[in-house]
Amino acid sequence: MARVKLKRKKFVMPSRYTLGIITVLCVAMMFLTFFTDMVNGPLSYVAAYTIVPFERGFYNIGEAFSKRMDELKNLREVLAEVESLQKRVDELTQQNSELTRDRYELGELRQLYDLSDQLSNYDTVGARVIGKDPGNWFSVFLIDKGEEDGIKVDMNVMTGSGIVGIITEVGPNWATVRSIIDDASNVSAMVLSTSDVLVVNGDLKLMNEGVIRFEHLADEEDQVIVGDQVVTSNISDKFLPGLNIGYINSIETDPNNLTRSGTLTPSVDFKHINTVLVIKELKEGKSETKNN
Amino acid sequence: MKRRIIEFLLVFVCFLLQCTFFKNISLGGIGPNLLIILTSAFGFMKGKDEGMFVGFLSGIMIDILYGNGIVGLYTLIYTYIGYTNGMFHRIFYPEDVRFPIILITISDLVYCFLSYILTFLLRNRLEVGFYMSHVIIPEVVYTVFITILFYKLLLKLEMSLER
Repeated sequence: MARVKLKRKKFVMPSRYTLGIITVLCVAMMFLTFFTDMVNGPLSYVAAYTIVPFERGFYNIGEAFSKRMDELKNLREVLAEVESLQKRVDELTQQNSELTRDRYELGELRQLYDLSDQLSNYDTVGARVIGKDPGNWFSVFLIDKGEEDGIKVDMNVMTGSGIVGIITEVGPNWATVRSIIDDASNVSAMVLSTSDVLVVNGDLKLMNEGVIRFEHLADEEDQVIVGDQVVTSNISDKFLPGLNIGYINSIETDPNNLTRSGTLTPSVDFKHINTVLVIKELKEGKSETKNN
Repeated sequence: MKRRIIEFLLVFVCFLLQCTFFKNISLGGIGPNLLIILTSAFGFMKGKDEGMFVGFLSGIMIDILYGNGIVGLYTLIYTYIGYTNGMFHRIFYPEDVRFPIILITISDLVYCFLSYILTFLLRNRLEVGFYMSHVIIPEVVYTVFITILFYKLLLKLEMSLER
């Protein structure tokens, strides 16, 4: 007779129970994070000391890589002409690449410095872009400054040429910025020449064409023309007044015959943002009451 | 335990690559979805539990840094994708390459479509055709391309973990 082997089976939870538990947990978390700030705080600390430092390093590598790719294109032409001096060329390109990188950075920083002179009544802080939204739907990016540098949610973010976006989330040493071309972004703006108010909506459909949509332009006398400058309006809740957004690209009258809409060309090159400037001042009034 | 740690590291590295390196070499503003490849692959290679684990990790990382204030949405989607892929573990053979690629393609399609519905359609962005041809299909193609390049590597890693 075969010996009966008594072995206690290790308890294994069936997968569908685990799935159920995770589902409940996630739904609870969604509600909790949507209505309160209880979980976001601790989690942002976790991210600050685990993910963000790595992200910074990786982004530099990627940036160096894409710049190196651009340089290779130039290098190819040179190589065809002077094959014998290849080694020399390589060496020099190497040095050159480092110098170009430095120079670009210098140029950018100088621009930012000039800008911070212009915005001298605002307290500003410079930051580097260290990551972008992993999905393809939104235009959100990560910067390497956070609460410790005095950054708060709803602060405005600029580059040398105009407004880039707004801070949506803050951790100890990181913050996420939603750019104004993001599909979920709405900015209250005005035409500089006529002070007519309009709303600038980001739109994924227009993102690749390099323009942003605007709506609700109440311009009854048809005074606004293509090429007019658009800046953030003074009635905006979150955006400081007078920051440059871009120039009107096309206008058409809405079917309701009252308002007009169209597209505008942003003055910031959203494909190549490396350094930004955060204005450490919140629009007064509403934002404070909201925090309490 | 060792396998869990390795999975964690893998997800971590892929997440970092996806939001930094692959964004720099994106084509037309579209990057591949490495996390879906991992979630789906571990799902059908190892079963529901591993799929859920990897999916949970992937989702929570996205939620914390890029969740826009809501933690849990992407975690939920990724976990379900891992679980569903785990159902196909029974008919998975390491020699067959086409089946995993088809599974990953479908997973990415479903993921993209869910993201579209939850983050765009609910905000009254109705032009499915446009988003399909300009975001979803390019992402899926790019992801499948990356899968074809790295699937063998992933399989080898998984085999060595097995031993």
